[in-house]
Amino acid sequence: MTQAANPTGNDRGFLEGGKYPGLFGWIFSTDHKRIGLLYMYAIITAFIVGACLGLLIRLELIAPGETLMGAQTYNAVFTLHGVIMIFLFIIPGIPAAFGNIFLPLHIGAQDVAFPRLNLLSWWLYIIGAAMALASLFGGGGAPDTGWTFYVPFSLETSTNVSLAAFGVFTLGFSSILTGLNFIVTVHRLRAPGMTWRRLSLFVWALYSTNWVQVLATPILGITVALIVLERIFGAGLFDPTMGGDPIMYQHLFWIYSHPAVYIMVLPAMGVVSEIIPVFSRKPMFGYVAVAVSSLSIAAFGSLVWGHHMFTSGMSDTAILVFSFLTFIVAIPSAIKVFNWVATLYKGSISLAPPMLYALSFIILFSIGGLTGLVLGSAATDIHVHDTYFVVGHFHYVMFGGTGFAFFGAMHYWFPKIYGRMYNMRVATIAWAFLFVGFNILYFSMKLVGLRGMPRRYYDYVPEYTTLNVVATVGSWVMAIGLITMFVNIFVGMRRGAPAGDNPWKSATLEWTLSSPPPAENFEKEPVVTHGPYDYQEAGLL
Amino acid sequence: MSEAPHRDDAGAKLGMWLFLFTELLLFGGLFVLYAVYVTRHPESFASASNELDLVFGTINTLILITSSLAVAASVTALRKGSPGTAQVLLGAAIAAAMVFMINKYFEWSEKIEHGLYAGSSLLKDRADGWGVYFGLYYFTTGLHGLHVIIGAAILAWVFIQVRSGRINREHYISLENAGLYWHLVDLIWIFVFPLYYLIL
Repeated sequence: MTQAANPTGNDRGFLEGGKYPGLFGWIFSTDHKRIGLLYMYAIITAFIVGACLGLLIRLELIAPGETLMGAQTYNAVFTLHGVIMIFLFIIPGIPAAFGNIFLPLHIGAQDVAFPRLNLLSWWLYIIGAAMALASLFGGGGAPDTGWTFYVPFSLETSTNVSLAAFGVFTLGFSSILTGLNFIVTVHRLRAPGMTWRRLSLFVWALYSTNWVQVLATPILGITVALIVLERIFGAGLFDPTMGGDPIMYQHLFWIYSHPAVYIMVLPAMGVVSEIIPVFSRKPMFGYVAVAVSSLSIAAFGSLVWGHHMFTSGMSDTAILVFSFLTFIVAIPSAIKVFNWVATLYKGSISLAPPMLYALSFIILFSIGGLTGLVLGSAATDIHVHDTYFVVGHFHYVMFGGTGFAFFGAMHYWFPKIYGRMYNMRVATIAWAFLFVGFNILYFSMKLVGLRGMPRRYYDYVPEYTTLNVVATVGSWVMAIGLITMFVNIFVGMRRGAPAGDNPWKSATLEWTLSSPPPAENFEKEPVVTHGPYDYQEAGLL
Repeated sequence: MSEAPHRDDAGAKLGMWLFLFTELLLFGGLFVLYAVYVTRHPESFASASNELDLVFGTINTLILITSSLAVAASVTALRKGSPGTAQVLLGAAIAAAMVFMINKYFEWSEKIEHGLYAGSSLLKDRADGWGVYFGLYYFTTGLHGLHVIIGAAILAWVFIQVRSGRINREHYISLENAGLYWHLVDLIWIFVFPLYYLIL
């Protein structure tokens, strides 16, 4: 591709013009790229709020006893940290922001199948987010149940649980509509020559995710709806004195919420599968295996929810079955990791910022995934259940995995979206702070958890002080990294040097367009003649 | 761009089917609870279900099935080129939905008068199982009733579209999708009715 487009000139692509002037041209636009960017800004805002709450949690835990806030405030802060990070950042994160912008481009389409539905799902996201945030204020105070809304406490507490639960219901609806939209898009709108074998692995990962979104999210909907109804009517569906069973709540909740972790991590794996071949200058090793592993993670991941409940009082048979199924999910995950490593082997690797994030993903996700097996095995889980080991584990997979992949995607697609390039040096320094701070913070959590520190308390016995201080210092190092990264991105958006159309020499379709892409995407429907990683055929080697 | 000439009836139908799956799963959560609790409290469920009025239930079942037939027939009528007949059939289906809800109103108010409502003191005194039976009964039929109302509103919307000619012999996918939604509302009732009224 020639570097004909000049982003500092007049060609601002889809960023300019629109049906309505100014802000309305964005919030009422049905252009998938604009909706994706709206999602991205909203999601990053949510992330920054959630990260600040996380820093407050760490600050409270810097010393035993009450440091900064009392027990009730602490409960509200960790609940909101969880709700915001899960429902507003990680779940919509990659699919709604980058999926919206790049899924149609990857398959050579003009837009998603239902553009207006797409806009509706963004509005539902904003409304749900507003409800979740409004639950912080007024009424009985911020919810203090944790993001899981476990009964009976969630039915008894006087805090604003109903509003937060209804916000989650709305966010779930938004997630369903996005999933449905993308599935139809992949089935119906592929360009001529875009066979299933030529789909990018990012699209395969999104497609698998979308099925989970469509099939699992309704269960979350009915579960949180039941919380609201029970709080109003007290029918006793989860109350043993009325014939109900609180364990049933946990089942219903995790039937969605465990598959939800694959909603979070599958798109991240898709991003990594995009970045690794580009920066190794090699076609993806084991393309079919990686594509199929996405589907099988989606399938098996839907059958393992019980491993959250080993200490809840399930039958031993159920525990063994769920434990076994949990181990099976490790297989497709490992297939992905091995194929990424095999792609790197003898590649011409360049350590640009997106690649650094992708490599971090492999390392951090592997640590998180392997410690997950400690939790998935029933005997060891009994010892570390509800300790900081669990907190460390899921931050490794969720933040170290999906979070880092989100940042990787941000750095990878930034030149395509804005037509400019950020400062590579600063981006690398920011990554180093993030990576080091991350490991100091969450590895200390794993250690302190193995020594028995329980999660979700604002206080602890003095023996745990050292590791908690180390963790809190780690959170500061990470905060420096985050601030540097966001400032660098922001400056790059405004004043970055023109990036050209295909700075990374990638072979997926979005890079054949000018940067930023024109509003109508492809001038004429592209005819696809090679796979997404065939650099030789694309003339990019 | 919202005026894009792009038209994909098969895609629209695929989207609708996916949406119907999500609706089934939404009710699925309640059916799971039913399955677990009926095996734990079979006697309470059997005696509690005797409180339901079989006449109301049967009439409402017939009403819904008939309305589903009317909607299916209206699609055929429109495709064969008689929008007038299609409108009459749609109108009949909407009327049936209203009769269903009126019946439901009388059925519920009779129960509530007798102290049988979610979380009532009467139910708290009865054996375990009565509480969850009626809790599930009200939440399931309530959620279903909500879907009847939404379905009727959708049917009313396509009625207007058929009338104005925007849904016509060539472009009838919205009518078909609305019909699919209405059949789903019907189908869920086909499961709710025996589970709560008949089999125990």
